Amino acid sequence: MRRHHDMGGLEAGPVEISEHDYSPWEKRVDAIVRLLSDKKRRLLTVDELRRGIEDLGSGAYDKLGYYERWISSATNILIEKGVITVDELGRAIEDAKARRREASR
Amino acid sequence: MTARFAVGDRVRVRAAFPPGHVRTPFFIRGKEGQVTRVIGEFANPEELAYGRKGLPKRPLYWIQFPQSALWPDYAGGEDDSAVVDVYEHWLEPAKGKRK
Amino acid sequence: MSGTHRHGRASQHPGAPPHRHPPQPDLEDGPYTDYMAMADAVAALLIKKKVFTGGDLRRMIELIDSKSPAAGAKLVARAWLDKDFKKRLLADVNAAAAEFDIDAGHIPIRCVENTPKIHNVIVCTLCSCYPRLLIGLPPDWYKSRNYRSRTIREPRAVLREFGTEIADGVEVRVHDSTADLRYMVLPMRPKGSERLNEKALAKLVTRDSMIGVARLEDR
Repeated sequence: MRRHHDMGGLEAGPVEISEHDYSPWEKRVDAIVRLLSDKKRRLLTVDELRRGIEDLGSGAYDKLGYYERWISSATNILIEKGVITVDELGRAIEDAKARRREASR
Repeated sequence: MTARFAVGDRVRVRAAFPPGHVRTPFFIRGKEGQVTRVIGEFANPEELAYGRKGLPKRPLYWIQFPQSALWPDYAGGEDDSAVVDVYEHWLEPAKGKRK
Repeated sequence: MSGTHRHGRASQHPGAPPHRHPPQPDLEDGPYTDYMAMADAVAALLIKKKVFTGGDLRRMIELIDSKSPAAGAKLVARAWLDKDFKKRLLADVNAAAAEFDIDAGHIPIRCVENTPKIHNVIVCTLCSCYPRLLIGLPPDWYKSRNYRSRTIREPRAVLREFGTEIADGVEVRVHDSTADLRYMVLPMRPKGSERLNEKALAKLVTRDSMIGVARLEDR
């Protein structure tokens, strides 16, 4: 079997030589992952993050952006390890959305 | 470090296709190449991926493959090559060699 | 994500900014996606649980922002001028960077040297491994499906899309960073740069030349 992320040598189109400046939320995700995986915390390794991304499945892999995959993977692993619970996360997401709605009034 | 292979050795990448977090890319499985560097010893990412320690550390090598051996229709230079970092447990001696 | 139209010859000219889309709209202006909410929620929870502080997060973002290709360019310029430094750079980029008080982190970075006979190019087919702690975050194209799929198989065609043509007699060597190491290329010093001092030489070195999709033009 060949897994979805293992794409070396597959046919593909021209390289889109474009780039964008990283947005604040993307850097925040990157920073969260770096902090979680540092020597002080060791709550996540880059290997776990990669495995988590691969296990999102090909659909998610195609539909999600780069840092969307990162935050999905990291969050799943934090839940697996019991660092955060699904219930806490659900509430915190609703809080974040509510704060956002308030801020844009 | 007791490395099974040395620079210059001809090796073959095992043609195994397990699921899981594997860092030996599909395109080199079952292919033959040459050791060009013994990089050092590292923990096994297949285990690290699940929060385990990945010990014992095992040697990691640069394996160089002629592109013409990897891709039947390779249209570049005849000396063109690919170099991949491969963990020892994915390598065996190339056919015809005993080690 | 970024738009889908193509640019040519990105980052070929030293000093010119790479072709970019305008910066992403400010958070307040764009849609607040589920993933942005998840990121904010996770950050808030981890701060509440004292896994890290808001200050830690802020400082880490500053660290991310502080990394740029200029750090790699410094090492390249020194290597062009100093044979012994070049040896040390080729042995261990992290240690060589430390000589400049650059903290390139603990993940080992190795440097591969371009010569008249060998042109190196770096890819991570399995994900997007890149020497971030030395030269900053990778460009979108490096992480794209098309780059990751094709560079290992038809490097010369991919290089051509970047405006880079490698002569037949030169070996194109593609490195796939599959393991714990990260790679950078030591590009060849351009002809006609003999009179330039180290600082001026560093200004010639582009990010794309350290990935290997570009060479530095002779002057």
